[in-house]
Amino acid sequence: MLSKIYSCVLSGLDGNIIEVEVDISNGLPALTTVGLPDTTVKESRERIRSAIKNSGYEFPIKRITINLAPADTKKEGSHLDLPMAIGILEAAGQIRCENIREYAFIGEMSLNGKLNRINGALPLVIALRDWGLKKIILPKSNAEEVSIIPGIDILPFENLAEIIDHLQGVKIQMPLDCKPDLEKRCFNCYEEDFGDVVGQEMVKRAFQVAAAGGHNMLMIGPPGSGKTMLARRFPTILPDMTYEEALEVTKIYSIAGLLNDTTSLIYNRPFRAPHHTISSASLVGGGRIPKPGEVSLAHYGVLFLDELPEFHRSVLEVLRQPIEDEVVTISRVNASLTYPSKFMLIASMNPCPCGYYGDENHNCNCTPQQIKRYLSKISGPLLDRIDMHVEVFPVQYKELENDSITKNSLEIKKAVNLAKEIQTERYKNENIVFNSQLKPGQIRKYCRLRENEKKLMEEAFHKLGLSARAHNRIIKLSRTIADLAGSEYIETEHLAEAIQYRNLDRKFWNM
Amino acid sequence: MNIRDDKVYVHWIHSIQGVGQKNIVKLMETFNFGKNIFDASESQLKKVEGINEKIVHNILENRSQEQLHRIAEKIARLKISTLCVKADNYPENLRNIYDPPFLLHMRGCILEQDQKAVAIVGARKATAYGKWAAYKLAGELARRGITIVSGMAYGVDTAAHKGALDAGGRTIAVLGCGVDICYPKTNGQLMEEIAAKGAVISEYALGTEPNAGHFPARNRIISGLSKGVVVVEAGLKSGSLITAAMALEQGREVFAVPGNINNMMSAGCNKLIQEGAKLVTNVEDILCELDIVPESVNKKVNIELSETETRIYEKIVEKQPIHLEALSNALQIDIHKVSSLITILQIKGLIEQLPGKILITK
Repeated sequence: MLSKIYSCVLSGLDGNIIEVEVDISNGLPALTTVGLPDTTVKESRERIRSAIKNSGYEFPIKRITINLAPADTKKEGSHLDLPMAIGILEAAGQIRCENIREYAFIGEMSLNGKLNRINGALPLVIALRDWGLKKIILPKSNAEEVSIIPGIDILPFENLAEIIDHLQGVKIQMPLDCKPDLEKRCFNCYEEDFGDVVGQEMVKRAFQVAAAGGHNMLMIGPPGSGKTMLARRFPTILPDMTYEEALEVTKIYSIAGLLNDTTSLIYNRPFRAPHHTISSASLVGGGRIPKPGEVSLAHYGVLFLDELPEFHRSVLEVLRQPIEDEVVTISRVNASLTYPSKFMLIASMNPCPCGYYGDENHNCNCTPQQIKRYLSKISGPLLDRIDMHVEVFPVQYKELENDSITKNSLEIKKAVNLAKEIQTERYKNENIVFNSQLKPGQIRKYCRLRENEKKLMEEAFHKLGLSARAHNRIIKLSRTIADLAGSEYIETEHLAEAIQYRNLDRKFWNM
Repeated sequence: MNIRDDKVYVHWIHSIQGVGQKNIVKLMETFNFGKNIFDASESQLKKVEGINEKIVHNILENRSQEQLHRIAEKIARLKISTLCVKADNYPENLRNIYDPPFLLHMRGCILEQDQKAVAIVGARKATAYGKWAAYKLAGELARRGITIVSGMAYGVDTAAHKGALDAGGRTIAVLGCGVDICYPKTNGQLMEEIAAKGAVISEYALGTEPNAGHFPARNRIISGLSKGVVVVEAGLKSGSLITAAMALEQGREVFAVPGNINNMMSAGCNKLIQEGAKLVTNVEDILCELDIVPESVNKKVNIELSETETRIYEKIVEKQPIHLEALSNALQIDIHKVSSLITILQIKGLIEQLPGKILITK
């Protein structure tokens, strides 16, 4: 007797449809799994045996061969328990179901036949739907996560016995109500708000510019100046995620196993703040079968690197490629996978090893060499990918008491959204969306400086000792500032403000 | 091939281990020319007072054409010249101190006008304030045709040299190592600039590495070359206080820039003032004390400012040092407007921005 059951395995962010073929023949009792299963799949025979027995069915004492087709790709994941168990029961004639080929099965089983939660349910279900399957059976604890996907009947179950009852028509369960209607949900349920932060108007403005133009940013300031506090509030002023973006982010979190029973869709932009002891593998992704790293978990969101010079230099260097390409390809012996990594980088650092250089209230004990060495820990190529350097200094007590009304996130965001619209319109024929992505040729095309501004730029370079690598960055930044002001041309004031965001190029820092 | 220039022989004998300025005086008195020392026999050398067996051995060991050619090549490449204390163009100020160096090695040149010189010295670990004060004073003095002498160390020294160079004036760096060695290394570019627009001098032979013991001796040359010494920022144990003490011994004026009484970096300066050094708040304080007649004073050009720019500038003048945000609050102008206008004011050369977005007038 032969049976064929549909299921799916993960490959990066996508699912590959597989067929679980089960054949039962006479001979010495044995269970063989072929088709490049990994250890979790091989181990599943023990779970299947107990689960079938404990659900009140009989495990056939015969020679059982399971093939996972196509047989030439590696398969991993405990979610193949369920399709294998169903296949065995069908092949043994214990389930009679005419239309079993309409279903796909995913799910991990306990020894008592209960279905356990699996990782990556969202991309698996999307792949099965796109392939053309109509019905999918999966664990109940994954129901909330996949409930957002329209166009497929989702049938969540608690245990194996219920599934068999459903298939045999003994007790039919209705498919889950799909709720893809995201508009009704509450967007931006951020707990933080820029309105909470007193003072630091300059840094808030810098964040607005960064959000509007997609510019990466480096904050420099002594300990306790509020760098982390400010960075945490950055996602609140980024434009809302679209449904497609939210789905992509949720997929990544689904694969990484970071969703819980009650989350369906992640609609807040992610904020990832890995500790500086992180390894390069966990930053960009890795493992025998590569898992997404922090850069992918920060997809469409913010990657915040606190104390940038404390990170291992080799770790920082691996960041260069994901920033540039917006995807990261991880190659291992078993698989080579590509995960998206379109994030905004916000980094923070102290101005010197002791942290107090330039602080009015503390004495800095560092020698000029120490400061230079500290700053040089961040390589030029990485610094080249960071458009803005902003100084953050502690707020004085006087200001804390000050009742002056500060802008809240919603107000800041309004201008950001307008600036984004202007950019989308301007770059509709180019392959970019943000000013930060402009290539030198495009800068000449879209960021033309007029005579007055050219003169100012020249004088600024001469008088303020800016370095050559600052030139294009300042122009890109001033384009964003002009967009925020709704101005068609880059005016002198925009250019002059942009120069304020290039502190590390300044002469005084190197004297 | 024989080397004709006697200078090469002098450099050669100076570079031999154990031969210092005093030994050279004796050797030159005996032999008159460097070439003669090179050709002298062992017994002739031994007769010279102060030259012991070991030195004679070193001299004989290093007596090769190869060595000479290497030195000649270096002198030509770096355009190094040497002044003997008896030479006419030896700096007059320096000649008059108690122990002027017999030989002065130099890159660049010392001119007649360098008689009017002021030394600016201070901490290597200077604060932004110290660097600013050194830069500003050096610039203003240099604009009046006064040469700035300093030690090319980090911090105040570097700021003083830069101030003079940026103002288009002359400056002299006195090193505690050979003039072919750059210390600290990061000042390489500055050293080249000083050699081109002033002089880099040292009493040490070519190839001498910097050594803690050399610096106090170097300080006597810094004060010796100058009419007065300005101490900008100095801790209680700073080498700058040694320079100040040397200056008093040599009969030079000592000036000190006062600092915050909480700031350890200014404690040495404040102590000098307590002991009678002249307190400096602007360049006139220095000029009126020294009988230096300033050459010409560049009048500040009237710069056109817009209404808001004037408001911002006046506020900075009134409240400086002031933080950018405090400025924006005080004037009730949006932060991004203020930050844009301070860039303009900086470019117009009216104000300066310190680390931490602190603004001061220039």
